[in-house]
Amino acid sequence: MYDIVVIGAGIVGGMIARRLSKFDLKLCILEKENDVGMGASRANSAIVHAGFDAKEDSYKAKLNVRGSELMEEVTKELGVKYIRNESLVVAFAHERESILALYARGLKNGVRGLRILEHDELHALEPNLNEDIDCALLASTGAIVCPFELCLAAVGNAMDNGAELKCNFEVVDIQKQDDTYTITAADGRQVQTRYLINSAGLYSDKIADMTGDGGFTVHARRGEYMILDRAYSDLTSRSIFHTPTKMGKGILVTPSVHGNILLGPTSVDIDDKEDLSTTPEGIANIFDKTSDNMKDIPFNQVITSFCGLRAVGDTGDFIIREREGVVTLGGIESPGLSASPAIAEYVEELLLRAGLEASVKPNYNPFRTSPRTFGEMSAEEKNAVIARDPRYGHIVCRCEQITEGEIVAAIHQNPGARDIDGVKRRTRSGMGRCQGGFCSTVVLDILARELKLSPIDITKFGRGSRILNRKTKGDDGHDIH
Amino acid sequence: MISIDLVIVGGGSAGMSAAVAAYDAGLRSILLLERGNALGGILLQCVHNGFGLHRFKEELTGPEYAYRYETQVLERNIPFKLNTTVLDISPDRVITAINSEDGLFTIRAGAIILAMGCRERAKGALNIAGTRPAGIFSAGTAQKYINIDGYMPGNEVVILGSGDIGLIMARRMTLEGAHVKAVCELMPYSGGLARNIQQCLNDFDIPLMLSHTVVEIHGRERVTGVTIAHVDEKRRPIPETRQYIACDTLLLSCGLIPENELTCGAGIPLDRVTNGAIVDQNRQTEIPGIFACGNVLHVHDLVDYVSEEAEIAGRAAAAFVQGNAAASDREIALRTDGKIRYTVPQRITAADAVSVYFRVADVYRNVQITVRDGDRVIYEKKKAKVTPGEMETVRLSADHLRTLDGNCLEFSLVLIDAQEEEQS
Repeated sequence: MYDIVVIGAGIVGGMIARRLSKFDLKLCILEKENDVGMGASRANSAIVHAGFDAKEDSYKAKLNVRGSELMEEVTKELGVKYIRNESLVVAFAHERESILALYARGLKNGVRGLRILEHDELHALEPNLNEDIDCALLASTGAIVCPFELCLAAVGNAMDNGAELKCNFEVVDIQKQDDTYTITAADGRQVQTRYLINSAGLYSDKIADMTGDGGFTVHARRGEYMILDRAYSDLTSRSIFHTPTKMGKGILVTPSVHGNILLGPTSVDIDDKEDLSTTPEGIANIFDKTSDNMKDIPFNQVITSFCGLRAVGDTGDFIIREREGVVTLGGIESPGLSASPAIAEYVEELLLRAGLEASVKPNYNPFRTSPRTFGEMSAEEKNAVIARDPRYGHIVCRCEQITEGEIVAAIHQNPGARDIDGVKRRTRSGMGRCQGGFCSTVVLDILARELKLSPIDITKFGRGSRILNRKTKGDDGHDIH
Repeated sequence: MISIDLVIVGGGSAGMSAAVAAYDAGLRSILLLERGNALGGILLQCVHNGFGLHRFKEELTGPEYAYRYETQVLERNIPFKLNTTVLDISPDRVITAINSEDGLFTIRAGAIILAMGCRERAKGALNIAGTRPAGIFSAGTAQKYINIDGYMPGNEVVILGSGDIGLIMARRMTLEGAHVKAVCELMPYSGGLARNIQQCLNDFDIPLMLSHTVVEIHGRERVTGVTIAHVDEKRRPIPETRQYIACDTLLLSCGLIPENELTCGAGIPLDRVTNGAIVDQNRQTEIPGIFACGNVLHVHDLVDYVSEEAEIAGRAAAAFVQGNAAASDREIALRTDGKIRYTVPQRITAADAVSVYFRVADVYRNVQITVRDGDRVIYEKKKAKVTPGEMETVRLSADHLRTLDGNCLEFSLVLIDAQEEEQS
């Protein structure tokens, strides 16, 4: 019996679990995938928005602005890189009115550090903008983080403080009896809890129907992205948006905290919540739209493209409410990442108001050491680490220079990597220009060794995503001796 | 910091050949750095035969070819470090490397030979639409799983790209019991060697679909199929020719890219066509004392030529360290006409005989390879057929080079038929 169960280990569920892990409570996180952060948290624009574009007094506006305020401290505690790189919303001359309206809304939302930049100042700041970009709104609180690193760190920190994580736990049924919820997984596992947090992203509507707090729908909005080789990171240091439309903030050009330029997202509503395919139209659209704002984007230096699905609700705002011990979080699309620390703060408040009795653990530790710090150490520090553990002297991923020591640590940390993509998200092994061509075979070997599994059982991202299907010779009837 | 006369980055065929040549030229302070756990590089996973026909007049497998050079390295007691990755090379020849035994360490090198080889173009660069399931491999990754690790990555296979590794893997997977349904090639011709098309595809009835590409990948967890399409002359897919092929594996063999991150880090200028360093006839880059050879310089189709080129670099690096490098008083630029895409070397600084290697941009029949010094033709050679998949050579003698009027040699391909038509 748990005190609190969080359904969905995305950035929202992760931040909530981390926030609640300070209490002396039994806490469990349920995740239907093989790893945490596999939904929208895995594939988004990785931007901490300033909060100027959501409608005044909406949850989106309030929680974004508050989240943006909290994010720097949270990322510091979690050992996650946060760069306040500033955002620019750029406009052609005929869009000037929209920029001014955005500026006015930002002031109403309480966003600090906003300023209108006129043509000459703007182009001096961002020389790669197209000449006919006329003006821009500068948001000096705009920042970037790595969303899946943040999600991993939040869940990891919660686990370090005693929370449990159950992966491959796809909730199919929730029953309430007295004050207890019984949650059943597709594979028959059951957990019981007093309080329940529904942060199931795209499926929060389905879970809400099970908890009896439904009545809304969430649909998928496809966003396709492309990533450029790190050698072209000097295209821009700021996140460049175009004037927004009702389908979102438009296609942007932004650096990532790891030095790659990210282009995207497209914005297309689709019916299928599992369809992560990229499309020729989407790729063409990214080329067109980013070229409107920036000149000389090296499209031939794309190292990968991918698709994320935003969980869009039917109310236009985040749905956040508490009823009978169930906190429902629906339609947490953009700016969900930016708002996530504030959502966690608000959910804590809702639970306390709902009668949750809890005291703060004396040994609660809000800090987490990033598993990636090896790359940032001095030569002396690195040598000390290698002397203790020689696996840190063995480079596995050539492009990103990731060592075996880091990969092994990623498998044994909280939450541990269980598949190739999990190692990639934790260490960046395979994220470089060769996209795992060299290192994926070695990573697979290390995973099999550390998890004591056959290489055949290692997957790309859980479920049926196996890499290998049989031995060429040997113990499966192919023995030639 | 230790000092070593010659440090060679990469212990594959280029690095080993260069080390042996430098040793035989009298150099003793040599260190070979290899990131893998054995000398040999990519040859170790190339278990097929066909290596060494030019060098040894024998058909060796990749590991056999590598073993011949490894033996020479061992016989000479040339020092090498395995499992060692070079992280940085500075313009003044300080190398930073890492391994488990020495940790992070630096070496001051009298000369450096870059022999890092190449890597395969990754799927991301191809922008194929669709999902990102398991079952998509570069051909070389699949080759490693099968030949080194002993595991099959799939049963029903489509291969995109007809480079040599793709062709070799079509045969290899067939021999291991997989069904290779098609090899699709975007271009109207294969980028692989003619002998590989015969021996790896035709002999196994594997269809080569020229002017075809994969336009979409299907499957959520594991690949379930691909959609292919015919492309028009501008390489755009023709929608009405879309065709679904069920498969669990997509192999990509879409080109090789010299691995020049270290080269760029040292500030060495690259040739935009080869993606390798700009070098002179000694394979010396624009930074004196830093040489490059093998696939890091330009992608070769035969390892025999890699060894040959590495020996040039090895001897020249030895001469540089020994202070015997011939002083050069001339600078001849080698230019190409577009039909010839590039030359290696790109510049010549001496009047000794030199072999110039190049590749052409398309398949051409009945051509004359011409080298001009201003208006004067100093060399010409007729060929019935040239293709982008096969590297060509021109041997310029000392006589050719001694009496040049200008400081530029123009390499061009004249289409003989077209010339005759114009005249008639």
